[in-house]
Amino acid sequence: MQVGLVIPCYLDVFYPEVGIATVELLERLGVEVDYPFDQTCCGQPMANSGCEADSRATEEHFIRLFSRFEYIVIPSGSCTHHVRNKFIAAPPSPEREHVSQHVYELIEFLHDVLKVKEFPWGEFPHKVALHNSCSAVRGLHMASMSERVHDPAFNKPKALLQGIKGIELVDFARHDECCGFGGTFSATEEAVSSRMGYDKLGFIQASQPEYIVSSDMSCLMHLQGCARRLGSGVKFRHVAEILNGSRQ
Amino acid sequence: MGIREDIFDRVRRNQPAAITHPAVPDFTRLAKADLISTFAKSLEIMAGVLIDSPPGDFGTFLRRKFPKAKTICSAVPEYAGTSRPEDYPAWSDAAKIDVSIVRSPMGVAETGSVLLSEDDLRVNTIAFLAHDIVVLLDPEKIVENIHVAYQHPAFKERAYSVLMSGPSGSADIGGKEVHPAQGVMTLTVVLWPERADR
Amino acid sequence: MNIPPTVDQAANAARFIADRAHEQYFDTLMWSLREARDRSASEVPEWEQLRDLASEIKEHTLSHLAEYLEQFEASAKRNGVTVHWAHDAYEHNQIVADILSRHGAKHLIKSKSMLTEECDLRRYLENRGVTVTETDLGERIQQLDDEPPAHIVGPAFQKRPQDVARVFAKAYGSDTNNSDPVYLAHEMRKHTRPLIEQADAGMTGANFAVAETGAVVTVTNEGNADLSGNVPKLRICSVGIEKIIPTNRDLAVFIRLLSRSAIGMPITQYTSHFRAPRQGGEMHIILVDNGRATRLGMEKFWPSLKCIRCGACMNTCPVYRRSGGLSYGSTYMGPIGIIMMPTFDIRRFSELPFSSTLNGSCSNVCPVKINIHEQIYAWRGVMDEKHQIKLAKKGAMVAAGEVLSHPDLYRIATSATETAFKLLPRFVIYNELNAWGKHREAPAPAKQTFHQWYKEHRLKA
Repeated sequence: MQVGLVIPCYLDVFYPEVGIATVELLERLGVEVDYPFDQTCCGQPMANSGCEADSRATEEHFIRLFSRFEYIVIPSGSCTHHVRNKFIAAPPSPEREHVSQHVYELIEFLHDVLKVKEFPWGEFPHKVALHNSCSAVRGLHMASMSERVHDPAFNKPKALLQGIKGIELVDFARHDECCGFGGTFSATEEAVSSRMGYDKLGFIQASQPEYIVSSDMSCLMHLQGCARRLGSGVKFRHVAEILNGSRQ
Repeated sequence: MGIREDIFDRVRRNQPAAITHPAVPDFTRLAKADLISTFAKSLEIMAGVLIDSPPGDFGTFLRRKFPKAKTICSAVPEYAGTSRPEDYPAWSDAAKIDVSIVRSPMGVAETGSVLLSEDDLRVNTIAFLAHDIVVLLDPEKIVENIHVAYQHPAFKERAYSVLMSGPSGSADIGGKEVHPAQGVMTLTVVLWPERADR
Repeated sequence: MNIPPTVDQAANAARFIADRAHEQYFDTLMWSLREARDRSASEVPEWEQLRDLASEIKEHTLSHLAEYLEQFEASAKRNGVTVHWAHDAYEHNQIVADILSRHGAKHLIKSKSMLTEECDLRRYLENRGVTVTETDLGERIQQLDDEPPAHIVGPAFQKRPQDVARVFAKAYGSDTNNSDPVYLAHEMRKHTRPLIEQADAGMTGANFAVAETGAVVTVTNEGNADLSGNVPKLRICSVGIEKIIPTNRDLAVFIRLLSRSAIGMPITQYTSHFRAPRQGGEMHIILVDNGRATRLGMEKFWPSLKCIRCGACMNTCPVYRRSGGLSYGSTYMGPIGIIMMPTFDIRRFSELPFSSTLNGSCSNVCPVKINIHEQIYAWRGVMDEKHQIKLAKKGAMVAAGEVLSHPDLYRIATSATETAFKLLPRFVIYNELNAWGKHREAPAPAKQTFHQWYKEHRLKA
């Protein structure tokens, strides 16, 4: 099975280890990984600012590179949500349709397509707080949301992590409240964004985890920035790194 | 073009494509036997008080419950009171009433509400300006929920009708419900079968 | 001519946040309402089905609005009600003033109506010698403090009890140190009761207006709409044209959803139905457009007209809870405010659509299933089309669009790792480069980008 791998621009520059872990993990699971070298971005930063026309060329470029794949995999909920649900800057075409319908967030791909049940190479003997991004929860339905009180509870990243030897997952209050990153919001509404980040850390840290983990590095980039400024020693990892066998 | 015609014209031009009117079910599931206990629980949540059968001596009951009350306005045949609604032709004068006694034609188990209209009040303000209110309710007239409640003819026929659910309150300060607010201080519902001759 | 400036919600929010104790109080209070809503919704097994029904009923009605407005007007007239029509706030206010003056009415009591806030009615009437007393506790507090509502359900929610004590001490001479809500509610009752008894006219808004019966429905905890609508002989009801619903059967759905969504109570203390004038009285209904008919024709935004003013969206909104309701500078605030206000004044409210992380919580608590967060996103596109986006931000987005669509440019921009941080945020963040760093450490650029690793370790020659 072959997948077209997307490594979002901010992972490319700031967290290449997440991309590396994703490649290694997929290879371990017998997947042929193709990373179109000319990839740049999914267009989300411009589109989320309302500047659809300015994201058009970027989205068209993305479509050109990825329309040949049956499975397009991205280790990012927000980018996947954008490509699946908001990819409208490029004019409608069968290729654009195809890309939107064949894009998967990494955890979705592991959970729903490969249906991976175990990660025998994995061991993470630490207390972990799992943060699911709003894109993952409300955009991609990777976990049940607290607003819909009658829905049966489910949580795909948690389901996969629970298979990791030694891991201890902790609960915390307001578990699916937004962390405050919000893309350009993090700078345009800096005071609210950092207040939300500080509050989120407060709720999480009440359960005293050693690690805060997510399938969205953008949330973690923001929370890590807050934590470091607050002098907190809590550590951050992407789910892919743990599933790939990272011990710490 | 007149204002009305202009507004209609703009609405007609802008209306989105037709969407069907859905059928609304009744969502009833309770056994009749559970209606009274559900009503009691709901009324308690809304800070109302329930007396589950007619007091032997209503006058004594009222004196014990409202020791300071001098003016008792009764709209019901079961009790004379010191005045009747007709004694307040200026509706604002109902502020002089200490306790109003009225009968409600329907209670709602889901919410602990009682229905009142000008038929039951004759002077509507006796339900709001009085210090306290006592509502007689025939337990046979308790319906399960709001869906069933809205089938009562009062909502099509009465000039004014209200589903009253507990005494007046407000959560405007600090977000916690406090009593009283502008209306009655207390609401007491007495389960009292209606006289056959009414 | 004085053009009101664009509301800088972010700056207003920053000021609110700077008062940490107050912001924390407000955030905690609003979140408690969200939790109360969750508990209340759990008690109703058919909750999601009710939401679907409510949404469909509203969409059906809006798609047949002319027909239902006609039916409502005919029903109201049969009931002996006088029906008026107003294009906008000014016409509405004129009609109210006219009705009052024809009756020699100088003192008006009114219950809460967001429509009358839109129309700024109080100021209009006060300038014409009419005393207006708000009978809703929250509205009254704000009126006495000369501040607009901070929340559509609890106008004074942003005030702590001690803030209310201060307002009442000044207005009523009550004890400035007694911030017990029961004491304060008593003070309100004591001072407002005489005003209610002496009023010449009473005014209410409308939560719903039922076409089949011509009734105006109000929902209050205090019974102040019942007082305002029954004590005086003259009753005026202001109704936005989007408040129409077809039948009482439909009404039941909304009554079951409204106060559960708003404050987690199964119903409010008074659910009142005004169908005809009281004995010896007169009843007027003013049906108001004020931009609603135009909004009805907006392909992406007309579903905002489904709103039943429950406030659940603002209770759950993490941005609203930390910004305070006054930060939006608008009649309607929080998520619903963001999607409605640009239709009133696109310039003044051009930045509101960016006061959101697009997290989607609002859309999922909305009892009538308005796709609020999707409309917020769509408004951003409109602001771009209508050139309402700040020049610096637009410039950054144009530049980003260039670099991110050219792989070679992108790799050059990201390859020199020391400069990566300087360059990349221009794609992702347009603002002053130190905005990120005010309260956060910046991420450190990696020694090697993923592209570089892949080239070295995986790329086939």
